[in-house]
Amino acid sequence: MSNETKKTLIKNGTLADGRVCDVLIDDGLIHAVGLGLSEPDATVFDATSMIVMSGLVDLHTHLREPGKEDSETVLSGSRAGVKGGYVALSAMANTSPVADNAGVVEQVYRLGKSAGLLDVFPIGAVTQGLEGKVLAEIGAMADSVAQVRVFSDDGNCVSDPLVMRRALEYVKKFGGVIAQHAQEPALTSGSQMNEGIVSATLGLKGWPAVAEEAIIARDVLLAEHVGSRLHICHLTTAGGVEIIRWAKARGINVTAEVTPHHLLITDESARSYDPIFKVNPPLRTERDVLALRHGLADGTIDIVATDHAPHPGESKECEWQEAAFGMLGLEHALSIVAATMVESGLMDWAGVQNRMSVAPARIAGYADHGLEVTVGTPAHLTVINPKASYRVDRDQLQSKSRNTPFHGMEFSARVIATFFHGDAVYREGDSA
Amino acid sequence: MKHLLSIADISRSDAIKILDTAAELARVSDTPMKKLPTLRGRTIVNLFAEDSTRTRISFEAAAKRLSADVINFSAKGSSVSKGESLKDTAQTLQAMGADAVIIRHGASGAPARLAACEWMSGSVINAGDGTHEHPSQALLDAFTIRKHLSQGREDLQGLRIAIVGDVLHSRVARSNVLLLTKLGAHVTLVAPPTLLPVGVESWPVSISYDFDHVLDSVDAVMMLRVQQERMSELFFPNAREYSRYFGLNTDRLNALHPGAIVMHPGPMNRGLEITAESADSARSVIVEQVANGVSVRMAILYLLLAGDTSIEASQ
Amino acid sequence: MSSVLPAPDISRALSRIAHEICERNNGASSITLLGIPTRGAHLALRLARLIENIEGSPIQVGTLDTTLFRDDLRLKAPRALMPTSIPALGIENRTVILVDDVLFSGRTIRAALDALGDVGRPARVQLAVLIDRGHRELPIRADFVGKNIPTSTSQSVKVLLTELDGVDDVLVSDGGGE
Repeated sequence: MSNETKKTLIKNGTLADGRVCDVLIDDGLIHAVGLGLSEPDATVFDATSMIVMSGLVDLHTHLREPGKEDSETVLSGSRAGVKGGYVALSAMANTSPVADNAGVVEQVYRLGKSAGLLDVFPIGAVTQGLEGKVLAEIGAMADSVAQVRVFSDDGNCVSDPLVMRRALEYVKKFGGVIAQHAQEPALTSGSQMNEGIVSATLGLKGWPAVAEEAIIARDVLLAEHVGSRLHICHLTTAGGVEIIRWAKARGINVTAEVTPHHLLITDESARSYDPIFKVNPPLRTERDVLALRHGLADGTIDIVATDHAPHPGESKECEWQEAAFGMLGLEHALSIVAATMVESGLMDWAGVQNRMSVAPARIAGYADHGLEVTVGTPAHLTVINPKASYRVDRDQLQSKSRNTPFHGMEFSARVIATFFHGDAVYREGDSA
Repeated sequence: MKHLLSIADISRSDAIKILDTAAELARVSDTPMKKLPTLRGRTIVNLFAEDSTRTRISFEAAAKRLSADVINFSAKGSSVSKGESLKDTAQTLQAMGADAVIIRHGASGAPARLAACEWMSGSVINAGDGTHEHPSQALLDAFTIRKHLSQGREDLQGLRIAIVGDVLHSRVARSNVLLLTKLGAHVTLVAPPTLLPVGVESWPVSISYDFDHVLDSVDAVMMLRVQQERMSELFFPNAREYSRYFGLNTDRLNALHPGAIVMHPGPMNRGLEITAESADSARSVIVEQVANGVSVRMAILYLLLAGDTSIEASQ
Repeated sequence: MSSVLPAPDISRALSRIAHEICERNNGASSITLLGIPTRGAHLALRLARLIENIEGSPIQVGTLDTTLFRDDLRLKAPRALMPTSIPALGIENRTVILVDDVLFSGRTIRAALDALGDVGRPARVQLAVLIDRGHRELPIRADFVGKNIPTSTSQSVKVLLTELDGVDDVLVSDGGGE
């Protein structure tokens, strides 16, 4: 870092609310927002015809470190994140060792700081070892340097209702939130893909929608009963959207997320038996995809979260049953949301800023994020060209892994630059 | 046709061509010499990652009668069972110069992955993948039905066939539903509700939970094997209840109309889904199905390997 | 395309071949005619009727498909099999007369001899063809020939038969290649 204060002037961009403005960044903060700004010793960034919004915040990222560094590290995941326009990631706890104590979450926190590209907020496990039996050291993790507020056993479901109840009650102490991976284990033992017409034809064991919906229904009622906050990870079914809508109407304090892939692709893609499409929870039907899009548009679903899940080649270059569940997501999330929600007319860019920046930061309590483009706040910004047209190439990714189902697809909207504390941590064209 | 992965990929005319070719080859099997030079110099690999004696021997006999060289990889003791990946196995096959791989595998879709990958260039023949399909079994079943019931027609138009048993886990059922309906037959699935897949309503079949109800209106009954493991997975209470409602016992055998035939892909659980009397009765074509299997598999190997499949067939 | 053996000439040729067969084999009692599908099979049936008229008794006639014994299968798309039908008295110790429409390289007849070996062991094998167009690639010759027609390899010879094509004729075309 140089001694002089760094100034950047983003000229002529369009804010999420539609205003065309200049944005002046000074010393890591947003110094001014308005028309016709000028600043002699500022670096100028021409954002004509581009959208400038507060930086994207992901509440669901698998960074794999510690333990599975062959598929991703905090550093490579950070690079993938800023390329996708993210300035904050939430590292899920299913690492090896599991992040169920202060030591591991502090390690992940420090790895994020030393990578220095964006904020990495560790998520703590709900139960020890993710086994679903005994609560993890939630208080210690909350008090640690990492200041954990979001807790999740993601990868596994907290299926025991009593354990879930205790967890929901316990986090009230410091305003934390439990993020549930809704999957009734007894109904999904050995399951491979959505249970329906396609699975019946392909001879792959089905994963019924009710296995997800039954847990959501149970947990919203538990959250109501104990007066606590609940967050539902990766919602995938029309039925799940209806349950969330019902719960919110009842005043239950529940929030929900949807992944980019569940907004875009269906279980039909499994017909090739290519495990690049194998994911937990599974891809569902066209009807579910449409319900999820409408749910995201009307706010029933609060946020988009990537569930970025890197896997090494050998975990996907095999028969379906042997393959790992999971898809990459950070680098193309914004493009997919633009394609499915903005270009289809369901949502405007203000909605995108809300679902991908403001609301995630609010749910997780990330105070420096999701503040829209506001004078005096940290300069965490994402600049997007809505008409950049590009094709996804799995050999040109920042992630260490290659398991993207979007290879070969064309998208219009593209992240052009990402600013973190005023520094351009990513510019399109630096690397593909 | 380069691969045989699924009945869904075969047209009606291709299916009939396979049956007609099998009929000609069956005649060869009746001659003293039995051996044809047609596939001399070809290497065919049997990659059986799941145990199966009868299907493997059937394909081996078919290949040898056409003078192909046969190499067997079977489940036990092979690198496949020791956890060698499908990819490594495929690359080994390619290095061996396999013209065709006949693959039986516990994972649905494994033959499709082998055919789609860049690791080997030979033909892939699905000898049964998980609970997905068993195309050569359906073809030999159709061949058997045609021989007995079609009265000279090339297809199965108007015939009524019941498939009875564990449809949910049966690759034989899936392939047969596709093939028999493609050839013009009407198929009824008979099973307890727990053994029918969600989504079966979209299949071009009728469904019945009542075996007795359909008996007098079918021309062929195809019994499926019920695995003992299904009882511990709660699909039905016990063997007695299953046999009582879905077993082919003597009373049910006698309720079939004269001329109706009884089939089973094997191996049979005598006493569970089919009684010994039914299996050995005059209506049973179960033993003949096995013999027909060799002719049908010879036809498959001939049509996939003898010509240059990159050229569109002239006939 | 020019006609080198119109319908009346085909009839005369077949009639002459039928007589030659009876003459050479001292009657027809030990003969089995096997036509090579498709056109050879029809020609064999015609010869059978002609011989029956000459000898006054039924004659053994059938078909022999050579597809499975061809040496050129890999060069073309997979071929459908034609029917092989061996008449009741079989071929063991009998005189088999193979019947085909055109004799060219001789490879089809070589395949037919192999196919025959699969069926049994005839006492002797003779060959009757409607047209011999030369250019043998193997040491094979016909015993009974309707007409010798010298051709160049770039020409093609097509036999038309009423049973299949609605008319009897033999056409030669120039430069069409095979």
